[in-house]
Amino acid sequence: MPTSNSANSAPAAKKSWGTSAVREVIRKRYFPDVTLTTQQGKQVRLYDDLIKDKIVVMNFFYATCEGICVPLTSNLVKVQALLKARVGKDIFMYSFSLKPALDTPEVLHDYARRFHAGPGWLFLTGAADDMELVRRRLGFVDPDPAIDADKTSHTGMVRYGNEPLQLWSACPGMSRPDSLVKSILAVDWKGGQRRG
Amino acid sequence: MRIIRYREKSSLANARKNRLEIIAAGLSRRELIKYGLISSSGYLIFKNGLSQYASGVAWGKDASGGTGTTGLTSPPTRAFIEAMPIPPVRRPVAAVAGPAPTINPNTSGGEGRTRPHQAFTKYPSKFPFAPAIKFETHQRPGQMMMSPDLPLQTIWGHDGIWPAPTYYAAYGQQILVRNFNDLPDPSQNGGFGIPEVSTHLHNLHSPSESDGFPCDFFGRGKFYDHHYTNVLAGFASTHPPDGDLNEALGTLWYHDHRVDFTAQNVYKGLAGFYLLYNQSDTGDEQTGFRIPGVGGSSFYDPVQFDVPMMLADRVFDPGTGQLFFDLFNLDGILGDKFLVNGKVQPFFEVEPRRYRFRLVNSGPSRWYEVFLTDQGSNTQVPFWLIANDGNLLPAPLRVTSVAAAVAERRDIIIDFRQWAGKTLYLENRLEQTDGRGPTGNTLPAGAGNFLLQFRVKAKVSTADNSLDPSQMRFYSLPDKTAPARVTRTFHFERGNGQWQINGRLMDADCSTVRLRVKQNSVENWVLQNNSGGWMHPIHIHVEEFQILSRNGVAPSPFEVSRKDVAPLHHNENVRLFFRFRDWEGRYPLHCHNVVHEDHAMMLRWDIDQTGDTNATP
Repeated sequence: MPTSNSANSAPAAKKSWGTSAVREVIRKRYFPDVTLTTQQGKQVRLYDDLIKDKIVVMNFFYATCEGICVPLTSNLVKVQALLKARVGKDIFMYSFSLKPALDTPEVLHDYARRFHAGPGWLFLTGAADDMELVRRRLGFVDPDPAIDADKTSHTGMVRYGNEPLQLWSACPGMSRPDSLVKSILAVDWKGGQRRG
Repeated sequence: MRIIRYREKSSLANARKNRLEIIAAGLSRRELIKYGLISSSGYLIFKNGLSQYASGVAWGKDASGGTGTTGLTSPPTRAFIEAMPIPPVRRPVAAVAGPAPTINPNTSGGEGRTRPHQAFTKYPSKFPFAPAIKFETHQRPGQMMMSPDLPLQTIWGHDGIWPAPTYYAAYGQQILVRNFNDLPDPSQNGGFGIPEVSTHLHNLHSPSESDGFPCDFFGRGKFYDHHYTNVLAGFASTHPPDGDLNEALGTLWYHDHRVDFTAQNVYKGLAGFYLLYNQSDTGDEQTGFRIPGVGGSSFYDPVQFDVPMMLADRVFDPGTGQLFFDLFNLDGILGDKFLVNGKVQPFFEVEPRRYRFRLVNSGPSRWYEVFLTDQGSNTQVPFWLIANDGNLLPAPLRVTSVAAAVAERRDIIIDFRQWAGKTLYLENRLEQTDGRGPTGNTLPAGAGNFLLQFRVKAKVSTADNSLDPSQMRFYSLPDKTAPARVTRTFHFERGNGQWQINGRLMDADCSTVRLRVKQNSVENWVLQNNSGGWMHPIHIHVEEFQILSRNGVAPSPFEVSRKDVAPLHHNENVRLFFRFRDWEGRYPLHCHNVVHEDHAMMLRWDIDQTGDTNATP
């Protein structure tokens, strides 16, 4: 009856394992090959243009959100100020729309200007399916389907990472701005590594 | 012993889902039997075996209907074809490598420590500098085989192995551990893990600077001297000069605690055991409490019949066969492969006598309820629980299962005398399908996750001189009636996907001190889970607590104990008694679902001379 015992007899056939580079495995798993649109109306590829070779800081929001988005975006403005000129050089900030149909590039442009978001911080929209795919792949989701479907309860977590160094984590977007900066710089280029 | 209060959920849907997944996986009946998924009579043995991975059940599905970020099923592995390893016992060194140890941090000499060792200056007669017993550990990559059906895995381990070497320590014998970070550049991390470490010795009554505080991490090429005082709580306060024997600790474990990256680094292998013996719990079944155990001629010879078991669940990438960590999971990561001491479903040969096993749930996120199963009759076999979180109970409890949330330890005694020539199984029968907590179902005997197979030999080679557990009596519980200087309440909440304690978030640099405890005072802490459908094992460093009440009523007998992890089930309210003694400095309180912990479900509190009285810190 113990199923296990039957396992003792026959050795498994020799399997040849794939040897994909880990960086490639991560890209395939988490960064779908979609094209998004920035607040300037520019078309960008999620991996090639936004994530590859960069330190990135990512969150989700929508322009008409009256809940967490306002304090969250305001907090990230302070983070951008603390990171100074590195934003747009080797550190990039991305805010992805949860309501892409309403958040046209014009709306996003207006939103970014309203909050005084500086260069190097892109507000992104795209086809609804693509944005949903990006949201799920990047893990901005709640395991409770009711909470996940309710956009007013969307996550305020901020994901940050260093793509070439394969260092990724996340932290609450409403943490103190200097605390957020410390988290983000945990994935900074380590001694002797290239910058950007 | 059933302890979990579950949320209701039908197991039928899961069973159906599992069957569908088996069909989708395209495994033949023969393969199913080979991989231990069904029995020859067709009964689905590892009911959760195929699909119990990462949280993704709800959110892992991507828009195209695929399985998204977490839709991985590990490659099939055969069960019970390799023996369970027992981690080696670490031996002291005559002198540590590098500069001689110093009381102040030797920053220029390459040490990552930031604060002086407090014990040597505060209590110099008790702790002469430097400790005579010294150890050295090197955190570095290593390769290991977790299953012959998987390729070699590159892990990070102390001395390159997982589980790490076991420390044997004795009360009254302070030790110094020089801990080197020899980890590689992050681009060599295999996809996860950060080469910065803070090694926490889980549950030692330890000075703050040697505790492994989350923000005390140090980088590659540096070292950190930990002073493990091995002294009983109360030595400098309530019970001078040697402390309260009733506060003796037994089964501890050490693991990385680097803020924001603990889950990744422990998943990579940075965890091991630390066992503390004394005149009562001797490691020799002919002395003291006479718990099973037969030592060798040296204190550092492995104690036979006293066996640590590190439980872990993992996922392996079906393409590369390599250990897979779901980087973007925020809920809690579940593996579909169950490992004991680093092997997938091993067997362990035992003699028909009593054994002491020391189980630790090393996470990252799973809750266990472990049964001993006689698969011939699919019945559960009783055994003895002797310690909760490594602390001996007043007396052994006869049980049919032990539950353990992440980081909890359970010392058990199994008597194999009646089972000579037969096999038994350690089986986890607690159903869990996502990172939030178990579903509410306890699976029938034989239908859970088989962790390990015991093969009981026909004869003993070493006579059993341990005491019958029904006759054993251990320590008395310390007083818990002293009035509290302050009662503090901690509400664990979730808002917009962010963990909060009393409505506040953790700072990544651990700079905010949320409360200050007055040294050598009594406090009551109330842990209140207000996070909806989530469960949390809450761990508090440095001092153990006793549970005064769980939801207003006295705790179950197995929780009438000293503990360092308080599992919070749905909406639970747990009231704790603490007496904070002897040491000063910073310590954390945090969720030990390490994925929650890394996403800031933590706060820092300090012990100092004055304390505060903040009731909702």
